[in-house]
Amino acid sequence: MKGAWLRRQGRRALASEYLVLALSVAYFLVLLPWLPELAHPRNLANLFSRMLPLLLVAMGQTFVLIAGGIDLSVTAVIGLTSVLGASLMTADGGWMAGHAAAVPAGIALMLLTGALLGAANGAAVTGLRMPPFMVTLTSMMFLGGLAVWLTQSQRITGLPPAFLALGGKPACAFGLTLGAALFAHLLLSRSLFGRWLYAIGHNPRVAAISGVPVPTVTLAAYVLSGISGACAAILFTGRLETGSPVHGREILLDVIGATVIGGTSLFGGKGKILWTLYGVLFLTLVDASLNLMFLSDFAIRMVKGALILLAALIDALRHRYETA
Amino acid sequence: MSSPAPAAPPLLRFDRIQKSFFGVPVLQGISLSLDQGRALGLVGENGAGKTTLMNILGGNLAPDAGRIEFAGLPHQPRSPLEAAAAGIAFVHQELNLFPNLSVAENLHLTAFPRRRGFPVIHRALLRAKTRALLEQVSLDIDSDTPVERLTAGERQLVEIAKALGIEARLLILDEPTTSLTDLETRRLFDLLERLRGQGMTMIYISHHLADVLRFCDHIAVLRDGELVGSGPASAFNATRLISLMVGRQLDQVFPGSAPPPDSPPVLEARRLSHPGIIDQVSFTLRAGEILGLSGLMGSGRSELARILFGLDPFGAGEILVEGKPLRRPRPIRCLRRGLAFVTENRREEGLCLEASIADNLLLVALRDFAPPPARWIRRRPLQAAAARIRSAVRLTPTALDSHPVKTLSGGNQQKVVLAKWLLSQPRVIILDEPTRGIDVGAKCEFYQLIHDLAARGTGILLISSEMEELLGLCHRILVLRQGAIRDELQRPEFDRERILRAALHTERAP
Repeated sequence: MKGAWLRRQGRRALASEYLVLALSVAYFLVLLPWLPELAHPRNLANLFSRMLPLLLVAMGQTFVLIAGGIDLSVTAVIGLTSVLGASLMTADGGWMAGHAAAVPAGIALMLLTGALLGAANGAAVTGLRMPPFMVTLTSMMFLGGLAVWLTQSQRITGLPPAFLALGGKPACAFGLTLGAALFAHLLLSRSLFGRWLYAIGHNPRVAAISGVPVPTVTLAAYVLSGISGACAAILFTGRLETGSPVHGREILLDVIGATVIGGTSLFGGKGKILWTLYGVLFLTLVDASLNLMFLSDFAIRMVKGALILLAALIDALRHRYETA
Repeated sequence: MSSPAPAAPPLLRFDRIQKSFFGVPVLQGISLSLDQGRALGLVGENGAGKTTLMNILGGNLAPDAGRIEFAGLPHQPRSPLEAAAAGIAFVHQELNLFPNLSVAENLHLTAFPRRRGFPVIHRALLRAKTRALLEQVSLDIDSDTPVERLTAGERQLVEIAKALGIEARLLILDEPTTSLTDLETRRLFDLLERLRGQGMTMIYISHHLADVLRFCDHIAVLRDGELVGSGPASAFNATRLISLMVGRQLDQVFPGSAPPPDSPPVLEARRLSHPGIIDQVSFTLRAGEILGLSGLMGSGRSELARILFGLDPFGAGEILVEGKPLRRPRPIRCLRRGLAFVTENRREEGLCLEASIADNLLLVALRDFAPPPARWIRRRPLQAAAARIRSAVRLTPTALDSHPVKTLSGGNQQKVVLAKWLLSQPRVIILDEPTRGIDVGAKCEFYQLIHDLAARGTGILLISSEMEELLGLCHRILVLRQGAIRDELQRPEFDRERILRAALHTERAP
């Protein structure tokens, strides 16, 4: 009797949308007595500033994953757009150095580049019917290499203060991310595009026969992912006050890991912006707390790897209970 | 078929078999016997208990009460392996072959011939054994061919060869002809006849009543877990079988229908051709008309439907919707012009199985509820529309909109497919095998729905392999063979033989 009740509650918890949020809160509260620094305003601020770019990119990834694809190139997009934007705006020899419109032009260039790179990925996937994994893996290599080659490994400094404030000032960065998150949430849950995206992830053939413009919608998901990379580049570049091809290079696995921890399925058709938010929160929290415990980078990687594996396991369990 | 009763005891005897699932009786005391070298046809609606009975025989389930005797011994298999060891082979509806392995490997998966004293497969012996088995089923293929390269018919024969390999005495065949072409079906029956001549005993389960009547010696009819009819095949005909299966007369199965008065054409094809697929197909479908497309598998029926809906290309000809040409059809364009297409294959092309009932219902009509330019969805009208269409197709009220559509029965799933198209208020509906794999009760409801749609002025193009369905529902029937229309019959001239002649009449391939 008791066992059955426990099992039922266990299943309910597993199936709950808020499981990861609850886990994050529980983790924070349990850790607090041993690690009071975690709640220190400086550390919390640091935690949030690390969360924001990760969240932006993970939201883009959520769109692509729901459509049944994957975008591995997004970290290279961050590096390349950062470099391009900085080259345009920098005071020492930038293409538009000192021009009044340098900042809007720089931002426009970054967003446009992100969108175009996403469109290129999407076109290869939909038009040429290449596997997303292969397309974005190779574009990650190519774009990553291109960004380094363009800068000859030099960091680009001397960026306009207005631009640095946008990504570097916590309030601005927070506002930008919040706006993007709201838009992404509405787009997924309330728009025709969002509903079509889920249908494509479930079964592209059914979607096509039912009148869904599958190639266009799929391409748009990659474009959104590219734009999300460009937005993250604005944050990274602003916070670190330099344009660099290596921005975001380390976060690729965190992006995919956080999205999957949130509950978005790697098989397509399932996922939510809120879930991704919880996933990012959890992963960043774990990362920050382990840092505060002065664990080595390798140990942190091991823990994060184990967590992502656990998330995949829970996804599989959920799937089994839902089908049973 | 009335031969004198053999003196030997029956090979197989079911004695008052009972089985319940969660308190719901599924088999209520079934007693049946089958003689060596005979074929028993087992028919009944989906859910009548056929599969449960066979699963008990095949060792997948244990009965709650009752006994089985096989070859004079009590038969209580605890696993499919034990049943196989006793000499019972089960050829499943979805074949149990590994597509990536070769024919030889599939045939000997449980017992590879080894080199004596070594854990190494004896390749030469494996090939020789495989060749011998394939010869028995008259299959002329190389034993190293991977199964994925075989046609559905060849796979079926390999499956039977597998049964011969374990020296089965009883062969259970569950819907063996579903995915076979006409020629393959013929080959299969030739083989089954020969095996029966050699003393093989068979249980043949199928919804194709004509096949059952033609091939089987005995027929048993199950309904709601009870044996409602059993006897020599000569004592039955299709009408009687159906009325036993549903427990009512056949004329109730089909709604009556009257040809429509002269009404405007809604869909026209003019000399539609595509090399090797269809050849100069012309027809006119009028509003309120139910036009049947008959023909064997591979005659071009489904291909024609796919071309009309823009899923496949066509070489020459013209398509007109409500009198105006439809250029370069694509699903989106067809949809806007008022066409709907209920595909043949609901699992692969009709439904997103993992998605919710609501999401599936609303997929086609979504764009109408998301006004441009922003394309935000207006949720309240959408939900109202979903509720309306649910009740219009009489979807089971116990299923909530948020449940995955795969939790529904086949009949209800098919209703969801139809409903999602009805929401866009089509002027023409193309139905490709709309009642395949759903039980007789759900079929009747479906027929009523089709009939009602036509009565309200929708043009309906109905493709079906079931002659009864076409004869009962259509105002007019076109017969396709090798991609061309060979005959056209108005309702008063409906004649089963004439249709079959037109569909079949052909110089047989050498």
